[in-house]
Amino acid sequence: MQIQSLYQEIILDHYRNPHHKGLREPFDAEVHHVNPTCGDEVTMRVALKDVDGDPVVTDVSYDALGCSISQASASVMSDLVIGKPVSEAMRISREFLDLMQSKGKTEPDEDTLEDAVAFAGVAKYPARIKCALLGWMAWKDATGRALDETTGQAS
Amino acid sequence: MTLDVARIRKDFPILERQVRGGQTLIYLDSANTSQKPRQVIDAISGFYERHNANIHRATHELSEEATAAYEGARVKLASFVGARSAAEIVFTKNVSEAINLVAYALGNASSGAPAHDSAGSAGSAGRFRLGPGDEIVVTEMEHHSDLVPWQLLCQRTGATLRWFSVTPEGRLDLSNLDDLITERTKLVALVHQSNVLGTINPVKLIADRAHAVGALVLADAAQSVPHMPVSVQDLGADFVGFTGHKMCGPTGIGVLWARRELLDEMPPFLGGGEMIETVWMDHSTFAAPPHKFEAGTMPIAEAAGLAAAADYLNEIGRESIHAHEQALLADALAQLTDIAGLRILGPTEPADRGAAISFEVDGVHPHDVSQVLDELGIAVRAGHHCAWPLHRALGVQASTRASFYLYNTHEEVTALADGIRQAQKFFGVI
Repeated sequence: MQIQSLYQEIILDHYRNPHHKGLREPFDAEVHHVNPTCGDEVTMRVALKDVDGDPVVTDVSYDALGCSISQASASVMSDLVIGKPVSEAMRISREFLDLMQSKGKTEPDEDTLEDAVAFAGVAKYPARIKCALLGWMAWKDATGRALDETTGQAS
Repeated sequence: MTLDVARIRKDFPILERQVRGGQTLIYLDSANTSQKPRQVIDAISGFYERHNANIHRATHELSEEATAAYEGARVKLASFVGARSAAEIVFTKNVSEAINLVAYALGNASSGAPAHDSAGSAGSAGRFRLGPGDEIVVTEMEHHSDLVPWQLLCQRTGATLRWFSVTPEGRLDLSNLDDLITERTKLVALVHQSNVLGTINPVKLIADRAHAVGALVLADAAQSVPHMPVSVQDLGADFVGFTGHKMCGPTGIGVLWARRELLDEMPPFLGGGEMIETVWMDHSTFAAPPHKFEAGTMPIAEAAGLAAAADYLNEIGRESIHAHEQALLADALAQLTDIAGLRILGPTEPADRGAAISFEVDGVHPHDVSQVLDELGIAVRAGHHCAWPLHRALGVQASTRASFYLYNTHEEVTALADGIRQAQKFFGVI
């Protein structure tokens, strides 16, 4: 089946056992995102810490209802960003977005994206791109709000 | 007379397509849009090849032919739904626009816009005016196109939106009919056949109550007109909307049927050429219905296509089409209820129900079900199908929907059931 390229084993693993799932405290911002076409939704919380003047992602916790791609992507995303400086996590996010919009024409960088390279196949199924991006968009939004909240404050 | 489906399928060029690298197309998404027979495709290209001109405006032969095609389509569609006259058929771009047309007629009447119709009288249009204290009644199972226009209308006018609830069995809860539809009600808008549940609603029963208290009734017949004989004389509604692309016709053309006396009273919707009678710089008078509601150049070739679609369905026989769908429906309900972990939304028996089946599969999200089915060449829809409140009311996040039409077969029903089981295997739930 061609969909083996869409549903890589890594994705199915993350779908069956999502990492970092559940809503936890403390957190600095919480958002709720929805995919209007299908009703998939995610509530996401982000906790940041100031390390030597740079914000670092200390926790990403979430509650999500959705398809295997959206669930697995949120799980992989949380693995990738937790513990990283926000600036680096945003770069990873940008690279993942590029991969999704590549129409399957670019080779993903496994060093940067790690497990997220498994989503390369999604780029060939346009209807599922929003699924893969739902968690990432929510994380970016939450992180942006958390940074607004803590501007100028060490936390 | 049973349908010769094999012969019918030969009329639809797209059914010969292969998808996903070698799979025969199994198209189970006709509730979304129907496929088109050669006869409709030829009518549209034939119009452009031999009869294309603008209508009503010119005296040359091509214009006469184009006008005949367009107005001929109007007559044909009037007959298709049992309208008393072609003047009661207004062409729109789709049924969403047809419903918005009525909503804007109410809104425009409410803002005091005078309707100088061709009879010269400023339309009293009292029954179209609404404001605070007035009510519009819809249902929880509406497609967004028969819900959002009424929300917007209530926002614009200060009227209140109320609605019938849906029972867990997927029927309308009519227990509070007399509380919901009262003297405060200006209009009741309801779907004839649900695009999600297949439920066929008792429009006449509800319309009788509405008329008794002086309210108007609009029926969204987008999913019923293509699939069974519908007569606007018997349905009970004052407005009936349907759309070409769901009845083997092209996109870009829909129909609003309305009683003539209502169209006479309603203020215009879109202003522009063709809908006028006389024009000065500071005011205009308007044409009689239906042209009063058709501004600018209309989808002429599409009207020719829609007329061909009506002919096509009539030639095969709409009773036969309906009987065929009911047989497929019974087969599909039986095969799907046999699948462990599958739950059908709405009625599980064929009575008072059309041939669209929405369902959940435990542990497999509709996107994933539909992805596996797509891999097998089977086209269905996943999500909330433009009926998000309905899904919420049923406690469902999203569903997968398969819908059947005259060109589907029992083998395709079996392929659907097999495909669902494959999805369950792939995601490890069986």
